[in-house]
Amino acid sequence: MSITLLNLSRRYGPARAVDTLSANIPTGCFFTVLGPSGCGKSTLLRLIAGLEPLDDGAIALEGRTVARPGLHVPPEARGVGVVFQSYALWPHMDVLSNVAFPIEAAGARRPAARTEAARHLQSVALSGFADRMPSQLSGGQRQRVALARCLAARARIVLMDEPLANLDPHLRIAMEEEMAAFHARAEATTLFITHDQREAMALSDLVAVMRSGRFEQIASPQELHDRPANAFVAGFIGRGVVLQAEVMVTAPGRAVLRLSPGLQVDARAESAKPGPAQVLLRPSDLRLDASGVSGRVLTCAYRGDHWEARVQVDTVAQPLLLSLWQRAAPGDVLTLAVSGGWVLPQD
Amino acid sequence: MSDDARAAPDRWSGLRRLLGEPLLLALILLAALVLFVLPLGSVGRLALFATGGGSDAFVAALSSRSVQRALWHSLESSALAATLAAVVGGALGLLIGLSDLRGRVALSFAILMLIMIPPHVTAIAWMQMLGPSSVLLQALGMAPAPGTTNPLYSREGVIGLLALQQVPIVYLTMRAALRTLPRDLAEAARVNGAGPGRLLIRVILPLMAPAMLAGFALAFVSALGNFGVPALLGIPGRYVTLPVLMWQRLASSGPSVLVDMAVLAVLIGVLAVVAVSAQMRLTRAWSVALIGPPQQPLRLTLGRARRFVEVGLWAVLALVVLAPMLAMLATALVPTYGVRLSLQTATLDHFREVIFNQVVTVRAFANSAGLSIVAGAVVAGLALALGALQRGPFGGSARAVTTLAEIAYAVPGLVISVAFIIAFLKPLPGLGVSIYGTHWIILGAYLAAFLALGLKPVGVAYAALDPALEDAARVSGAAFWRRLWRIDAPLIAPAAASGAVLVMLTAWNEVTLSSILWARGTETLGTVIFNYEDGGYSTLASAMSIVSVLATLALMVLLHRVGRNLPPGIIPWRD
Repeated sequence: MSITLLNLSRRYGPARAVDTLSANIPTGCFFTVLGPSGCGKSTLLRLIAGLEPLDDGAIALEGRTVARPGLHVPPEARGVGVVFQSYALWPHMDVLSNVAFPIEAAGARRPAARTEAARHLQSVALSGFADRMPSQLSGGQRQRVALARCLAARARIVLMDEPLANLDPHLRIAMEEEMAAFHARAEATTLFITHDQREAMALSDLVAVMRSGRFEQIASPQELHDRPANAFVAGFIGRGVVLQAEVMVTAPGRAVLRLSPGLQVDARAESAKPGPAQVLLRPSDLRLDASGVSGRVLTCAYRGDHWEARVQVDTVAQPLLLSLWQRAAPGDVLTLAVSGGWVLPQD
Repeated sequence: MSDDARAAPDRWSGLRRLLGEPLLLALILLAALVLFVLPLGSVGRLALFATGGGSDAFVAALSSRSVQRALWHSLESSALAATLAAVVGGALGLLIGLSDLRGRVALSFAILMLIMIPPHVTAIAWMQMLGPSSVLLQALGMAPAPGTTNPLYSREGVIGLLALQQVPIVYLTMRAALRTLPRDLAEAARVNGAGPGRLLIRVILPLMAPAMLAGFALAFVSALGNFGVPALLGIPGRYVTLPVLMWQRLASSGPSVLVDMAVLAVLIGVLAVVAVSAQMRLTRAWSVALIGPPQQPLRLTLGRARRFVEVGLWAVLALVVLAPMLAMLATALVPTYGVRLSLQTATLDHFREVIFNQVVTVRAFANSAGLSIVAGAVVAGLALALGALQRGPFGGSARAVTTLAEIAYAVPGLVISVAFIIAFLKPLPGLGVSIYGTHWIILGAYLAAFLALGLKPVGVAYAALDPALEDAARVSGAAFWRRLWRIDAPLIAPAAASGAVLVMLTAWNEVTLSSILWARGTETLGTVIFNYEDGGYSTLASAMSIVSVLATLALMVLLHRVGRNLPPGIIPWRD
């Protein structure tokens, strides 16, 4: 394991920014921490980097314990690279000096450090910018300098704190690809912090969904989408509606539920027991079907390549979400069928 | 690759860590001990616990007629001068800070000259301007008859010049407060139907009250510690203030009256600290949290009145800044005091004398230049180090040292110099040599009294720094000293340099500290000018003053240049 977090806690007064959090992050993994703002994800990054002391628990990097009560290895001795949201390029040094700094800090002489730094600049395609000052670069270029500086530190673990948040949306997509390439090139374990689920889904091997200082679920992007562990994850990732239902019949991996007296659904499930349960219905689980139940359109919004309608079925407590290929007007009556779903694990 | 990562923990020994922040902290604490704790502590110890000290000594001092009178004079002159300065400085601050006057930076620079020209030089210049041999008054036919007493040798003269010197202090606090005033507040008042008058009375003045109070308190404390004005005008005018009384007693009896001195020093020092802390408490209680970022300040248009206001302001400034300087220049150019200045009588002899011939004046220029430069450089270094420590695990200790520096800055200069005499009169333990009478004791007093001046700009610069820059250096593997040297020092350097120049300016111009610390060989510019004037050599004193004012101007221009790219709030006269 490259990063091991064991019952990690960090309090600010009575508030717990990180609350008895545990995780194992395998070597070479692109691990994303996804959560709403204020969930403690930046604090978690600062704890791992050593920029903040922990209150309880332990952190081990590459098998070496670097923090537990009574032990705090300072950041400069942890061998961890960090890409900051503001990039944190030193404004008084040119690009090459910025990249050469970690090499010098590791003990290299200045000329040797500059030669090596030039190589790292080449790998992010910024060779021509060696003598520019950071203020003369665009946002994307600054980002690439920050990545080159991280490469130069030869860190086995790279932490990224919302590195794409300050970029224009169109640049963000391009930088996502660079991030993936960077991860492959550095052969390092990457811990990536974001509040943008699209970014998390596109980049990660594993995603941890964080809320109130805890991980709600750690899984691959597809598993998070298809098999969320609870209602929070289900609501945070993708579109969908969580409904109360009654499990009627179970089979390995499946369950038949009753949503309302006239509406049954055959859903995917894991260890479902007969009785009350929550079921997640994504728009892809619903389709128009002339023989289905009828519902009234409440609102209809354009989502880029399809229309998304909120449809109220009389016998169901909440409106359902349905994808449409053409616009529907509020008040229209549609008939629809529910062809699948996911039964949230019961505690 | 993995070798590098694993090498890190082995290189990291406990010793190396101790040589980082803890070492610097130890050095800083040692400096604080020598500069603040030891001197101020020994004054307190002597005043309270020595034989002849204690409560009896305070009762005795307070029942002495001369101390009572001096204490009353100190309080009266400081309070009246601060009130006058608050009215004039506050009005100037509002006028220049809120209106569309042209040349605001130049106006600020000119107003700042009032405080940048030291008190004893100001006193000499005004004495030349209003005295019987005033070139200006002679030209106007208004000169007092030869032999009459200078009108400035009086209570009114002392208070007037003290007030004039404190105007920039109130002006600066006012301008700084106006800069934080969100423009929205004023615009909201305008949109809601308030005219400029109502806006001023109902919105701006209430919000500026804490700044006005702060300016008043700072002016009061500064006037309380003033030595040059009451010494040169008050002694002949029989208006002796407490610092002047202390100086007289020390000058006549020498260090034998140290216990007496300590008692008076504690008295006036406590007065100053109480005034400053009362102001801080009141300001906190009065102030309303302003919401919203500081914006481009409000610019009320003066319309057709603008030109008249500008002409009026410059005329007044010319009268109070330039005219006294010209009067002093006239005195420096005449062959003997009292001779009328004309093309035939004008001579540069006095300048030649003070710059090249007189051993004492040449030595004084060299001493003051050397002491100011060293004091400026050391303060810049201390400020850089304190700022770096303040972010780290030893932030509490660093802040305590900052507080000590602020106390030492608030306390009158004469208290600091008395404290240094008491602490360092005896030979240093282990060395067997006393630093009394050497350059070292003057340098120490400068560092103690002026450190706070250098801390302020550096503190502003540190606060403006993105903390991620430091974090990035840490995770790049840079230990404390490398971070300090490669990241903090270059980024803070411009602000530290401005702080150093401010300290150099103050040290170059001071007379209060060295007036009782100097000895043969360690004369400073201030003491020599003061002694020449005191001894009746007005022409030489004027010539030296002119040279020192020119050097001050040169330093201010240098500061103006250095500060070109600094965040606002560091160079006092910049917008």
